[in-house]
Amino acid sequence: MLFAQEDAMQDVKSNDEVSVPPALDVSAVGHCFGRKQVLSDISFSIAPGHFTVLLGLNGAGKTTLFSLISHLYDTRQGAIHIFGHDISREPGEALRRLGIVFQARTLDLDLSVYQNLSYHASLHGIGHAQALERIRTLLAQVNMSDRLYDKARSLSGGQMRRIEIARALLHRPPLLLLDEATVGLDIQSRAEILAMIRDLVVTDGISVFWATHLIDEVESNDDVVVLDKGRVLAQGRVSDVVRSAGSDNIRQAFASLTGLVSVLPEGACL
Amino acid sequence: MTPQTVPSAIPTDLASGRGFKVRQYSICLKGILFRESLRFLNQRERFISSLVRPLLWLFVFAAGFRQVLGVSIIPPYKTYVLYEVYITPGLCGMILLFSGMQSSLSMVYDREMGNMRTLLVSPFPRWFLLVSKLLAGVAVSTMQVYAFLVIALFWGVRPPWVGYLLILPALFLSGMMLCSLGMLLSSIIKQLENFAGIMNFVIFPMYFASPALYPLWRIQESSPLLHKICLANPFTYAVELIRFALYGQIDWGSLMIVTAFTALFLGGAILAYNPSNGFLRRRQITGGNA
Ligand SMILES: Nc1ncnc2c1ncn2[C@@H]1O[C@H](COP(=O)(O)OP(=O)(O)O)[C@@H](O)[C@H]1O
Ligand SMILES: [Mg+2]
Repeated sequence: MLFAQEDAMQDVKSNDEVSVPPALDVSAVGHCFGRKQVLSDISFSIAPGHFTVLLGLNGAGKTTLFSLISHLYDTRQGAIHIFGHDISREPGEALRRLGIVFQARTLDLDLSVYQNLSYHASLHGIGHAQALERIRTLLAQVNMSDRLYDKARSLSGGQMRRIEIARALLHRPPLLLLDEATVGLDIQSRAEILAMIRDLVVTDGISVFWATHLIDEVESNDDVVVLDKGRVLAQGRVSDVVRSAGSDNIRQAFASLTGLVSVLPEGACL
Repeated sequence: MTPQTVPSAIPTDLASGRGFKVRQYSICLKGILFRESLRFLNQRERFISSLVRPLLWLFVFAAGFRQVLGVSIIPPYKTYVLYEVYITPGLCGMILLFSGMQSSLSMVYDREMGNMRTLLVSPFPRWFLLVSKLLAGVAVSTMQVYAFLVIALFWGVRPPWVGYLLILPALFLSGMMLCSLGMLLSSIIKQLENFAGIMNFVIFPMYFASPALYPLWRIQESSPLLHKICLANPFTYAVELIRFALYGQIDWGSLMIVTAFTALFLGGAILAYNPSNGFLRRRQITGGNA
């Protein structure tokens, strides 16, 4: 938390502003694939040190939004700022503050865990000795210390995810994006990974943006952005979203917002 | 819940100010070079096949054709040379050509497997990341050429010692040209399956329409049209550059042309991988209103 704010304050000092820029600010962002508009008029922001869930069904546009935030796609409609840095105009400064776990697995399977991680460290200009020290610390944090020299290929899905999380944290970004990080994992790994990430928010003050279609990953204290068919249907504190949708819980609120009421039996799992 | 302000266990890296220092650029470059060489070492078949191909040409093809295709004295050669001696520079070029295309294949593969994404979200400038990746490809193919020349030595191909030194910059430049061509192509090819198409439409025409197998004057005698195609082929100049360098000379004309093509292809590749013009957008515009 502290460092995120300090850094952010440094950046705005020149503007005579006292307010801290949000960890992530997305304003009026849209995106087309050919003629198909898959995101339209997306606006929201994430406060530093918060756990924010991006909730949406498959095809809602979560991965596309993440590709825009991480500068894989060019933002042609609207603007995205990471701690006040425009991703199109200052991609370097913005990307330094961003760690990302992609939906698709991105470890190099032929290389060892250590080689994968130190490659990433060098992509952020972190020297060998410092990288090794951080890798050891982070692997301990994700409970993977004993796998340092194993080939990535030999890891299970959940273990790969942990390595990818450690990798995303290597350069100490104040903002961490995770795209469906728990999908395809068993219940135990899912719970462990989610708890680990929530812990990061509390102990290290990292801002987390967690994309998922699994509604049971949302807690009432979280912030949520509900995305459906490329539009933001609701955003804010979960309890507020639930209240303003006139529902009892987030599951109901989500169903009524997205118009799934008729197809979803009570207690159905999304 | 208000976020806790427990002292951070993870101090920030961002205190060091904006941008990166030269030292960090060099760390990044080294990291990319190291990873590419690791990948290469992990694919031993690739190394072997990259050697077997030109050696096959040298042993089988050259031996068979040496009677038919005698090569008289043309620069840089001072004496009548055997056919295998003549085609060696072209085979060096062939190694660079294949490996340039191979690195293009690996970029398409990386892109599909997501590895390209981890590279592209690095905060270093994108041109720097791509040039580093190119340098890695060139380094790997240069090592292959030297391995080939060592084996060719036992086959009687013995250029002067200074040639081994002078071809290093020639290989480097030609390698840059061919690797950036590969990178440019990789931004255009949408899927892995299309890679076979490159072999047919890029590698073979470039190789055969060049002085790699027979001198240009011979081609001109038998087909003026083919001669013109050869003159328009960038690979022609790479081969000549390597040929002269191997005999301790600098072919300034080729040097200039190869440099120009390198700049052209490299510029194109950097533009193509820029998110605002790039392959990702091209993939997005499948609907056709480009
Ligand atoms: N490269 C692409 N080309 C064309 N359409 C795409 C592409 N990627 C995603 N889409 C479409 O964009 C929409 C949003 O996809 P995506 O962002 O992957 O959703 P999510 O991650 O929420 O499941 C979907 O309708 C999908 O078909
Ligand atoms: Mg997705």
